[in-house]
Amino acid sequence: MRRIGIKSIVLAASLAILSIGAADAAPQAAPIAPVAKPVEAAPVAAAPATTPAAPAAAPAAVSTDPMLAVDGAPAMAIDPKVGQPVDGLITIQPQVTPNGRQALWFHNWLLVPTITIITIFVLLLLIWVVIRYRKANNPVASKTSHNTILEVLWTGLPVLILLGLALPSIGLLQAQYKPAPKTAVTLKAIGNQWYWSYQYPDNGGFEITSNMLKEAGETGKGERARTAIDGPRLLATDNRVVLPVGVPIRLITTSNDVIHSWEIPAFWIKLDAVPGRLNETSFTIDKPGVYFGVCSELCGARHGYMPITVEAVTPAVYAQWVKAKGGTMPGAAAAPVTAEPAADVTANVTGPVADGAAATGPVRNTSATANAAGAGTVGQ
Amino acid sequence: MTDSALTGHAFDAHPHSDAHAHDDHQMSFFARWFMSTNHKDIGTLYLIFAITAGIIGGAISGLMRAELAEPGIQYLGYWASFLPGGEQGLDHSLHLWNVLITAHGLIMVFFMVMPAMIGGFGNWFVPIMIGAPDMAFPRMNNISFWLLIPSFTLLLASPFFGGAGNGWTLYAPLSTYGEPGPSTDMAILSLHLAGASSILGAINFITTIFNMRAPGMTLHKMPLFVWSVLVTAFLLLLALPVLAAAITMLLTDRNFGTTFFDPAGGGDPILYQHLFWFFGHPEVYIMILPGFGIVSQVISTFSKKPVFGYLGMAYAMVAIGVVGFVVWAHHMFTTGLSVNTKMYFTAATMVIAVPTGIKIFSWIATMWGGSLTFKTPMLWAIGFIFMFTVGGVTGVVLANGGIDDYMQDSYYVVAHFHYVLSLGAVFSLFCGFYYWFPKMSGKMYNETLGQIHYYVFFVGVNVLFFPMHFLGLQNMQRRVPDYTDALAHWNWVATLGYKIMAASMIVFFVNIIWSLAKGKPAGDSPWGDGATTLEWTLSSPPPYHQFETLPRID
Repeated sequence: MRRIGIKSIVLAASLAILSIGAADAAPQAAPIAPVAKPVEAAPVAAAPATTPAAPAAAPAAVSTDPMLAVDGAPAMAIDPKVGQPVDGLITIQPQVTPNGRQALWFHNWLLVPTITIITIFVLLLLIWVVIRYRKANNPVASKTSHNTILEVLWTGLPVLILLGLALPSIGLLQAQYKPAPKTAVTLKAIGNQWYWSYQYPDNGGFEITSNMLKEAGETGKGERARTAIDGPRLLATDNRVVLPVGVPIRLITTSNDVIHSWEIPAFWIKLDAVPGRLNETSFTIDKPGVYFGVCSELCGARHGYMPITVEAVTPAVYAQWVKAKGGTMPGAAAAPVTAEPAADVTANVTGPVADGAAATGPVRNTSATANAAGAGTVGQ
Repeated sequence: MTDSALTGHAFDAHPHSDAHAHDDHQMSFFARWFMSTNHKDIGTLYLIFAITAGIIGGAISGLMRAELAEPGIQYLGYWASFLPGGEQGLDHSLHLWNVLITAHGLIMVFFMVMPAMIGGFGNWFVPIMIGAPDMAFPRMNNISFWLLIPSFTLLLASPFFGGAGNGWTLYAPLSTYGEPGPSTDMAILSLHLAGASSILGAINFITTIFNMRAPGMTLHKMPLFVWSVLVTAFLLLLALPVLAAAITMLLTDRNFGTTFFDPAGGGDPILYQHLFWFFGHPEVYIMILPGFGIVSQVISTFSKKPVFGYLGMAYAMVAIGVVGFVVWAHHMFTTGLSVNTKMYFTAATMVIAVPTGIKIFSWIATMWGGSLTFKTPMLWAIGFIFMFTVGGVTGVVLANGGIDDYMQDSYYVVAHFHYVLSLGAVFSLFCGFYYWFPKMSGKMYNETLGQIHYYVFFVGVNVLFFPMHFLGLQNMQRRVPDYTDALAHWNWVATLGYKIMAASMIVFFVNIIWSLAKGKPAGDSPWGDGATTLEWTLSSPPPYHQFETLPRID
């Protein structure tokens, strides 16, 4: 009963949001359109915040959007079936990165069928043995205790099956460890007890802090309560991480206190944030949307209360957002904003990851050895 | 080459039991149970201890499932109000959750499964199965057990001093500068004592098995349960000192200003994880290998057939033990390992599936052609084979380093290790308990109650743990008392499963109490011709000292 209630609330909320940007779209019929349309509308929506002189083309509902009010981030409708858990489902979340789709394919079309067949095979053998060789059917037991051919077979066959799984597995690892190109946008995620802070070293090094939004009635002084537009309970944050789609993202994680773990399941990304280390990975998001993750390493009392929210937008919107945050665009990210000084461009493009991260990060314990261990091992 | 070629009462000590029955009559209760040097009495103590710890650990998981039944925090604040200081707000309540998960893990691993498998059944039946009168070092055997009492007391007392909320892995730096107060120190000392207890026990088993086998009982004639305990003892002996070193470093980091795991002083938190899992991965085989041994004995007994591929079975366990030492970093796939490291640990982890497969297929081949009877122990053994297969194949999924960028620290992992432990190790424990209960107590358990226990437990744990795969795939992370509302359905189902499982445990305890009081006399060998190992040649319960004249095995 309650479950259906939640579903309908989520559905109703998303419909309400969609009715702002897209009049005709039903979420099931056109899953991409409702997400994309608000994105296109977003630059206009963001305009009042950045350039007060711009005409208020956006509806009044958008300009009072809490996202805008708080940090200037563009408002984006949430697809309730992507980037977050869906009640009652038994599958992996939809993937929006190439590596994620490769891993999903490996899981869904190689691993799951293989283990299902093996399990059913063992079950059938057990059922057969239990029926055929029960005492009533087989009063006198045989004394067979060896069969060399059988034993070689059930040693050799699993080896072959495992080889069949190991090769694509190694291939997946190679894809995941492909280093990010120099044009990548760097996001530095820093774990804290119990919130995430983020730095954009390629965009002038501005920093945002991302706290979980509490429910109405639980908020303290000056805190904003979660609304339906923010996302689900325990997953919505006050400041979303904004990243461009179609551009490689270099993710660097570290921590200011204990070990945390940064993840977005829809990206197939999970990387521990370890104090004294810089861990690095990369991914490319190819669909705009809002994607939710949770801290995935026990980090103390509020371990379950430091979610991660990524809002993937077009590069143009990303550039607007960066500007609104007081950051700069290096230009290499194919963004329309090209007013930045040339020196800044070269510095960001040619600078190695570790340098950029260390230069912008007042992170505790970023020792030389930690750099070598974290950043140096990536992409071998 | 099979378990034993013995039949009948060739080496029965029963006729002579009058001669030494005076031993236990002359001893005071205190002397017999608190100063014991008798492997059977110490084994009984271990079993009572493990059942007690199992009740506590199981009750804690009941608290956890109650809190997780619905989204939101329902009970934690109320429970926290019982601890010193009373209820102190949300963080205090959330910390209690971490204390609960830590206690559940540590209790089930160190105070339930290990004492029951190795201390309980190992002590009881290893000496008997190899035709020895007792363990090699009876007094050391006693101290092994009694070290567990202060160890368990320390752990149980720690919540009243703040509570250790680090998870059973005690990862630094959450367990160093992340958690002030004495409770984590108490948990660490508890592990030190439990580790010392296990190391002494392991030395005892290795010495006993290598030196005290009856004439003719060659290594290749030993029952597979003895093989399993031998391999386990070596794993304990090699793995536990590494744990001791790691948690000693935690202690000095916490209290004496060292920085082994603190990057501020040049240390590295990941070093702790390497040390812990170098112990931790063999530890999971420590928990399951004796179960393999028990299941082998039971399958053979109730199939009336010798174990199929005895040598393959024995050396598969040796292989699992050896390979188990070189796969540890698959617990650390998201910590920032290099690609080559991940590739190696992916491949090495998959290799373990091969000897495990040999065991699964050999058990089925043992039943093939047999004359099967389905008494309660056999049901648990068959259930074990299937459930361990399910837990094993999700292990193959998790072995892939690339897949763990999604699965790591999710409920998929929780489902996986509960399938191999709560449905693997625990099934084998019940299997062994029902199998040997008549031998240990001299009374038969109630077969109907035993079967009801099995079927209800089977349904309960599957309803409890299977949905956790789905929760993991939908991305519910481990070790949280609350979750987003879209995860409500499967959590509700899992809690329902817990209730079913708990109901079956009531049947189990009723059965034990009823059987101890009113059970029919078991007779020497209640399982008939299929039971060929030496314990069935003795009376039930066996004489206080068996094999004063050593048996001779053909």
